Amino acid sequence: MPDAIVRLQGISKTFNNGTTAVSKLDLDLAPGSFVSLLGPSGCGKSTVLRIIAGLVEPSEGAVSGRRDAGRIGFVFQEPTLMPWATALANVMLPLDLAGMPKAQMRARAAEALDQVGLKGFEDAYPRELSGGMKMRVSLARALATDPDILLLDEPFAALDEITRFKLNNDLLALWQAKRFTAVFVTHSVFESVYLSERVVVMAARPGRVSDDLAIQTDLARGAEFRTSTAYSTLCRKASSALEKAMAL
Amino acid sequence: MNTSYRWRQIGLPVGLGVVCLVLWEATVRGFGVSPFILPGPTAIAEALIKDWPLLSEALLVTLQITGMAFVCAVVGGGLIAILFSLSKTVETTLFPYAVIMQVTPVVAIAPLLIIWIDNVRLALLACAWLVAFFPILSNTTVGLNSSDHNLRDMFRLYRATPRQTLLKLRVPSAMPYFLTGVRISGGLSLTGAVVAEFVAGTSGQGSGLAYRILESSYQLQTPRMFAALLLISLTGVLIFLATSAVSQRILGRWHESAMDLEK
Repeated sequence: MPDAIVRLQGISKTFNNGTTAVSKLDLDLAPGSFVSLLGPSGCGKSTVLRIIAGLVEPSEGAVSGRRDAGRIGFVFQEPTLMPWATALANVMLPLDLAGMPKAQMRARAAEALDQVGLKGFEDAYPRELSGGMKMRVSLARALATDPDILLLDEPFAALDEITRFKLNNDLLALWQAKRFTAVFVTHSVFESVYLSERVVVMAARPGRVSDDLAIQTDLARGAEFRTSTAYSTLCRKASSALEKAMAL
Repeated sequence: MNTSYRWRQIGLPVGLGVVCLVLWEATVRGFGVSPFILPGPTAIAEALIKDWPLLSEALLVTLQITGMAFVCAVVGGGLIAILFSLSKTVETTLFPYAVIMQVTPVVAIAPLLIIWIDNVRLALLACAWLVAFFPILSNTTVGLNSSDHNLRDMFRLYRATPRQTLLKLRVPSAMPYFLTGVRISGGLSLTGAVVAEFVAGTSGQGSGLAYRILESSYQLQTPRMFAALLLISLTGVLIFLATSAVSQRILGRWHESAMDLEK
């Protein structure tokens, strides 16, 4: 296995109110891999993501890896767009904060919007976009800096199934094109198996890794994979791993 | 539906106004009410035209004080709110005093201010400002602290400087709150100016509409009182329309409060 791009060693996080969100967690992320964190709510998977992003400091343990500004993209559960700014200006935000010249910034952001299928919506305000489109803008913003790591915190949970499938496929296509390291937090077994090469199952109270499944398939991810027996076998495996984690 | 809706929105209140004016005039004439007690609309209009030189001068004075108080309130309230937002210590130390200033009725402070400040205009301005600035301060302070948590994390993730966070996140987030403050404070500037004029009671040159009302009441010039009152009301309406238009223009396409719902 190549060197990990991010390594979490013995991570624990206890919040000020006394809740232990994560306890003694180890996790290595291989560069260019697509990893899902699967678990019931309250298992600390969002906290792990925030620790990787550097938004939360672990109480114990060490995080190592390349995590400079702009090297990490983050997609929140909500689109988290600035309502006063157009789609283009929202995508430009990370570049703007890094002090990129205006013309270059505009070109990069327009390209990022194009990649998520939102060409022509540069001047639309978030209020004028549908839920799925807002999420696409959010995705474009996270990818605008061309990050090495993309962290996604249940990004499509609030969307309808049709939109979710579409965004799943688009995310996969982007990952295949750019090969960033993706960490995808979800509580959906089907979504995690469909998207990732590796599913890390987490147990709650305190949050810890209970299982680590490799999702290997020869099939290209797509409608064919989604309806294959291999997919349903893998889903069953992940499902029982999740049940086991919940019984812990 | 749009044109008929517009018509109803303007036509109904205007219609009610016309009916009331006619009834008012008819009552005054029919019962022979003395114009000292209640002048009819035509008598008021006459007074407005006859006393226009006097009233227009007073209007200008009131407008000046209101306008200056409003501008000072917007600038002062906004800047102090930003100062508060930069330092929790400053906010904790000063905010209670801002509240004390606000809850103390300005009528009670006005006589003191007039003793302290030699220039009457300046004293009036200080009173009006005291009344007008607090809504802007409190609204903007809330607004600056109410930016979305995930967006704040986003700014942290990209290592935004405090200056960037203030200018690109907190100030725009505070805009709707600030503008609500501006709308309230527009009306209050006028109220403050009028109250201060009543208290100051300065006579002669350079006195505003409120003083003209007071003066007219001593002279039993009731129609002129009404005429001055009318001018004050119109000023208030104008301020309301202007501040609403500015707010609509700024929030335009992004804020729910400024959005027309399509049906």
